[in-house]
Amino acid sequence: MSSRFVVLLIPLAVIAIFWLMARREAATRGPGHRGYFDRNGALLGTVFIALVGFWTVFLVVLPYLYMVVESFHPRLIPSKRGGPEDVLTIAQYRSFFVEPSSGNWNTIHLWAFIYTIGVSVVVAAFNFAICYPIAYYMAQSGTRQRVRVLMLLLVVPYWVNEILRAFALRLLLASKGLINQMLMGAGITDGPIDFLGANVGLYVGLSYAYLLIMVFPLYNAIESLDRNQIEAARDLGAPWWKIHRDVVIPYAKPGIASGCTMVFMLSAGSLAAPQFLGGPRTLWFTSIVYDFFFQSFNWPRGAAYAFILLVACIAFVLLMLRVFKVSLGETIR
Amino acid sequence: MTSRAILRAMVGFYIAIFLLYLFGPLLVTSITAFNTPSYPQAWPFETFTLDWFVALWNHRAMMEGLQNSIIIGVAVVALSVPMGLAASIMMNQIYARARGLFYLVTVSPVLTPGVIIGISTVIFWKDALALSDFTKSTFYNGLVLATLGQASFISAYCMLIISARLQRFDRGQEEAALDLGASFPQVFWHILLPFLRPALISAAVIAFLTSFENYNTTTFAILADKTLVTVIAGEVRQGTTPALSALAVVIIAISLAGAIAYEILKRREEARASRILEAGRIAEREAKAELAA
Amino acid sequence: MSASVELDNLTVRFGSFTAVSRATLDIAGGEFFSFLGPSGCGKTTILRAVSGFLDPTEGAVRIGGQDMSGISPNRRPTALIFQNLALFPLMTVAENIAYGLRVRGVGKAERRRKADELLELIALAGQGDKLVSELSGGQKQRVAIARALAVQPKVLLLDEPLSALDLKLRQHMRAELRAIQRQVGITFIYITHDQGEALTMSDRIAVMSDGVIEQVGDGKSVYDSPATPFVASFVGENNAFPGRVVSADARMAVIETAFGRLAGRNPSRLTAGDRAILFVRPEAMVPTAGAPEATLASEVVSVAFEGNLTHLYLRGSGKKEISLSIGRTAGFAMPAQGATTPASYAPEAGLVLPEGALARE
Repeated sequence: MSSRFVVLLIPLAVIAIFWLMARREAATRGPGHRGYFDRNGALLGTVFIALVGFWTVFLVVLPYLYMVVESFHPRLIPSKRGGPEDVLTIAQYRSFFVEPSSGNWNTIHLWAFIYTIGVSVVVAAFNFAICYPIAYYMAQSGTRQRVRVLMLLLVVPYWVNEILRAFALRLLLASKGLINQMLMGAGITDGPIDFLGANVGLYVGLSYAYLLIMVFPLYNAIESLDRNQIEAARDLGAPWWKIHRDVVIPYAKPGIASGCTMVFMLSAGSLAAPQFLGGPRTLWFTSIVYDFFFQSFNWPRGAAYAFILLVACIAFVLLMLRVFKVSLGETIR
Repeated sequence: MTSRAILRAMVGFYIAIFLLYLFGPLLVTSITAFNTPSYPQAWPFETFTLDWFVALWNHRAMMEGLQNSIIIGVAVVALSVPMGLAASIMMNQIYARARGLFYLVTVSPVLTPGVIIGISTVIFWKDALALSDFTKSTFYNGLVLATLGQASFISAYCMLIISARLQRFDRGQEEAALDLGASFPQVFWHILLPFLRPALISAAVIAFLTSFENYNTTTFAILADKTLVTVIAGEVRQGTTPALSALAVVIIAISLAGAIAYEILKRREEARASRILEAGRIAEREAKAELAA
Repeated sequence: MSASVELDNLTVRFGSFTAVSRATLDIAGGEFFSFLGPSGCGKTTILRAVSGFLDPTEGAVRIGGQDMSGISPNRRPTALIFQNLALFPLMTVAENIAYGLRVRGVGKAERRRKADELLELIALAGQGDKLVSELSGGQKQRVAIARALAVQPKVLLLDEPLSALDLKLRQHMRAELRAIQRQVGITFIYITHDQGEALTMSDRIAVMSDGVIEQVGDGKSVYDSPATPFVASFVGENNAFPGRVVSADARMAVIETAFGRLAGRNPSRLTAGDRAILFVRPEAMVPTAGAPEATLASEVVSVAFEGNLTHLYLRGSGKKEISLSIGRTAGFAMPAQGATTPASYAPEAGLVLPEGALARE
């Protein structure tokens, strides 16, 4: 348990850093500055600190750290936890690359990882392509009344949960589904096409699930663009695609980064679409993690895989921020 | 036909296709809810029936899950809105240099895949609650863990929503109240909270809905319990029944009703605001006329 | 009930920047006192130190003889009217006015009674149930005053409260403010960058520049006998002629300027050789020749007729422009643009001050 105990100290260290920063800055403040407790009163001040402390320490920092620590431990039965066999190890991470039983490359999991990331990138790009015209229309050319109706229409399906939406797509794409019925009825194909087995269902499901996540950041970003800028570009004789390339898209960069990042993250971490719309042989990375927890009960390895996914996601976010040259604060709103 | 008209027609066509993509699957599903075959079938439409709604109503696991979903949703609201509020106030007051770190810590759950939040919640609280038999028997269950796991990122949503409004708060009002003799807690209750009210309400609504439909975090954190969404997931995994279509119809109906109610409220609020604005304008005009006379 | 306000060596520093430097001042109870200066001169800082939102770095603020250090704004006998009024938009007019009473635990009926009483005072009787945003700018102004008066402060602090109003209303509100002050009889401390406001309303004025109080006095003395070049150039229009004193006695001094030798009063007792500035008000100059040491040759740059006054803008040998304001009844024949004309003044109307910073245009 010792390593698990050590992580308890990390939040304390973070709090200490905050406190030191506060002290240093307090010294440079003007005489008008009031202390935290002066401003909020002792009661409310304490309540605020308790609430924020509980959230950041017990709901955010400690669980993450525990998961990371867990991933550096061997898989043990509960009675042996904390015993002499409970040592720090990188075996779980090794197993991602090398299959422990055979010593060969773990091609299945490596491929699943690359596949998950790759598909998620494509889904993000695809959703950007199809949502951009809608967002642009809503933000720049639609009348107020129409935009409001459109906005409501966009929101309603979003409140139908992910699983029911996957279910709906499955009804359409299944071999007995409406699309196959239509294709066969029209005589285009003789037998049903296995959309789900070919992962078409998965791709459509991912794109479908996160359409709105793309539309709204784009809309918010384009909406604040002054229409006169577009008019000016048009007056100067720029063709429509140049207006978008040179005026609208550079302006909407934070929104684009935000939308693409969110869609990528949600897609890479998606569980419902691969579970309910993926083909039987398709291995999505989160499904592997899910199976470690619920089928082989190998928590440390599941934690290690989860951490690998987290690192990949963080790397992607940082990459997007760098590519689009925007700050984190602009991305999350 | 001018090129502008062609363009307009193309835009209309595109929007129609987009909406079809968005609503088509839900529409087809809704039709299957009223069709008799036990495999959800939209076409051919055999006979109109409401049996699947009855089946849904009698589905014990789903009703139990619904109950749990509501309990968790309420608990998440009760936890996330105050935490988000406290965090946005602290972020507002905190020193500039610490603000970046604070922001990173509080917002990181939004950028973390839900699966990972679920896993880390279970791993941590399993150990933390095992410290005593009492905590283990009282708190180590799916309802508590799902609430905690969901609250970790839903609080961040609440914080972002509340912060957006808090940034528009006029510090002068705080000082005016203080100057009139109010204590800081009185400023909080009389001035700040009423100002934040709309943001608090939308944070609560978003928190509840997000909690209600969450799957990725909940599926790990719920342990042996179940919520409506995890029950549905189990059903879909086992096969499909038109009772699920019926559920989709119910949810769509409720969302539509909610959206329409929201629109009506918003219009009424706007009408009220413009009436007040107009009254101010009239008062201004009258005052000018009086001065000129 | 009014109370005196004393500033004792009040200094406020933000890091290395000194916002107010060694301000010492007595404001009598019941006085209408203004701080006048350009933005950034430190007048708002003084106000915030008096109201308690700022703690002085050095020195003290005393209200009614009592030291205010360590007493927070909500326990000082002052009330502040904010520049943007800071009315509470979610409360009705009456709730706004009675807010100070509410936090003091006064009952609802009593609050309402008091609010109605004050609404009467500000001529808004019967409008208590309106929202603030339903009022006109001037009405909001009066509500802000009533809200501050409701807590029965001994000192009312006003931070440029008229700056958001348009010109006509501003002039109207001056009279109204002064009337309210006479009626309630408490000390008013008024912050403004508008000299017209300060001159028309105040019993006394403190003119400030760069954190320093340059001069304290009533409107007439500040205008007629400015103590420093800053005050001379900030309060009212003034023509400034820098130069060096060539001869001086206890009463008058003559200085060598770009326009030749010119004379003026010498209250600072300057002596020959001192660097100095001569100030002559536009209304003290006429477009005719006068005493040799109070006449300068110039060319007319422009003539602007403004009804009761005509403004003449002249250029002397240097690049510097001189402005003259000539009353209609003075009976001068106005020279045409481009003509050459002498300009002169009565030597007693000129004022020679030691060299110093002028107000920025």
